[in-house]
Amino acid sequence: MIYNEEFETLPRPALEALQLKRLKSTIKRVYNQVPFYREGLDKAGIIPEDINSLSDLQKLPFTHKQDMRDSYPYGLFAVPMEEIVRIHASSGTTGKPTVVGYTRKDIEVWSELMARSFVAAGAHKGDIIHNAYGYGLFTGGLGAHYGAERLGASVIPMSGGNTKKQILIMKDFGSTVLTCTPSYSLYLAEAALEEGVDFKSLRLRVGIFGAEPWSESMRKEIESKLNICAIDIYGLSEIMGPGVAIECHEAKNGLHIWEDHFLPEIIDPETGNLVPEGEKGELVITTITKEGIPLVRYRTRDITSITYDPCVCGRTHARIARMSGRSDDMLIIRGVNIFPSQIESVLMKIEKVEPHYLLIVDRKDNLDTLEVQVEVDEQLFSDEVKHLQALAQAIEKEIKDMLGVTCKVRLVEPKTILRSEGKAKRVIDKRGEH
Amino acid sequence: MQVDQISIFIENKSGRLAEVAGILGEAGVNIRALSLADTSDFGILRLIVNDCEKAKQILKDKGFTVSKTEVVAIEVPDRPGGLSDILHTLDRESINVEYMYAFVERCEENAVIIFRFDETEKAIEILLNQGFNLLQGERLYRM
Repeated sequence: MIYNEEFETLPRPALEALQLKRLKSTIKRVYNQVPFYREGLDKAGIIPEDINSLSDLQKLPFTHKQDMRDSYPYGLFAVPMEEIVRIHASSGTTGKPTVVGYTRKDIEVWSELMARSFVAAGAHKGDIIHNAYGYGLFTGGLGAHYGAERLGASVIPMSGGNTKKQILIMKDFGSTVLTCTPSYSLYLAEAALEEGVDFKSLRLRVGIFGAEPWSESMRKEIESKLNICAIDIYGLSEIMGPGVAIECHEAKNGLHIWEDHFLPEIIDPETGNLVPEGEKGELVITTITKEGIPLVRYRTRDITSITYDPCVCGRTHARIARMSGRSDDMLIIRGVNIFPSQIESVLMKIEKVEPHYLLIVDRKDNLDTLEVQVEVDEQLFSDEVKHLQALAQAIEKEIKDMLGVTCKVRLVEPKTILRSEGKAKRVIDKRGEH
Repeated sequence: MQVDQISIFIENKSGRLAEVAGILGEAGVNIRALSLADTSDFGILRLIVNDCEKAKQILKDKGFTVSKTEVVAIEVPDRPGGLSDILHTLDRESINVEYMYAFVERCEENAVIIFRFDETEKAIEILLNQGFNLLQGERLYRM
């Protein structure tokens, strides 16, 4: 099944002609509406009329997350606020979040792309979609919700957390499709066992998992524990939210990126040059239909590769590989995006704490864990256990309040955290070792 | 009337205690009393030694986090109820004991207990008024 047969299976020449038309119109629009892009293009000595082929895209400067922060909150919006019907923002960041705005048409496009994604995953009208992505500023919940409604499925707006209730409802309401983070799905499976609920007895058939990196071996584990078909979905709030790309259930081999709305490029993050098809690099996306906040050559920092090979499902849109890492040091912990520098700024705010810290990320019982090691020097030291424990708890609370992620603070002896000249090693991620 | 104690932050990993003891031994520092408070992640080793300044300096040089704390050494009659008398006196006066531990050596017929109070000066005054015998640091280090 294909949701939008016409556009999802457009022959490549027609698709590329459509992309070019939409790209030209986007560049013209941002040049006229957004000072940031006008300045960027002027500086590069380019006018919108210079864009005459898809490869001309490479002449344009990149857009970085920092550019969004610098124009906080609405500086990159390309329409007047009266046309913005929805605002989302990136989760779990200190200081300024990145803010995105959607016009009514943007919401419609997003809903359609999520509906397409549901169908690609093997869902259909009549399904009961159990949406356990968080509702709120985070794009996951509402993005999946609107797509499910567009598809004509019955959506249960569960949001995250409250695991026992999730299981009860999944069982009693007969949920057939689950949307959440991959790690939460395994957590649900274990919690269900404890509740005496066997996933194999549920009607659940498909799981659509995203918002954090996962692996093929994790897919196998999820599929066997939940007795479902597990599908990888990709998205980021800056570009739209969930539904930028998704695997088709027919092939489960790469995520189709909806190319009639997004132009993907894979670059070498160091040089900025394109890498050959099939080689790993950083995914760069240009939105070509977005009205609220169009982004030109946005550096996602996600590492993947792309293939234009035909797919057995019949869709002609290119496929990107499962995300294999980041070209920056961002960590995704239980779906929350965290930069080590954010932890550092939290630590620096706590009196007497030195910026010598190490983050240990691991996965225990299918949930991401974050340990923050902090060195105890003479300033911090107290010879009473309760004072040191209170200090550790205060740091844990501050990190939770500021970044929205639960962590464990471990106090360590001074100089045990390796110092290095240049870039200090701040993170040990053990999740890949399991 | 106060006694110097050094406290050392120790991560909960094997060999750390042995290392501290080894460093002090090599430097000729004699441990007179000790107590270890521990949690699952770390411990605090508290020591009364014959040369507090020296011990502190060499441990610091070896990269340990060390602090000096003032504690009180009280002579306790070595009989049932000996400790209880002291604790009741402190309780009546609302002095909190942060922690306490026993000294290895006896002082003639009496045991010696090391106390850390929240209000050290006040505790000393009360104990002396009540006729308890407090030991001077100099005497303790040489015991």
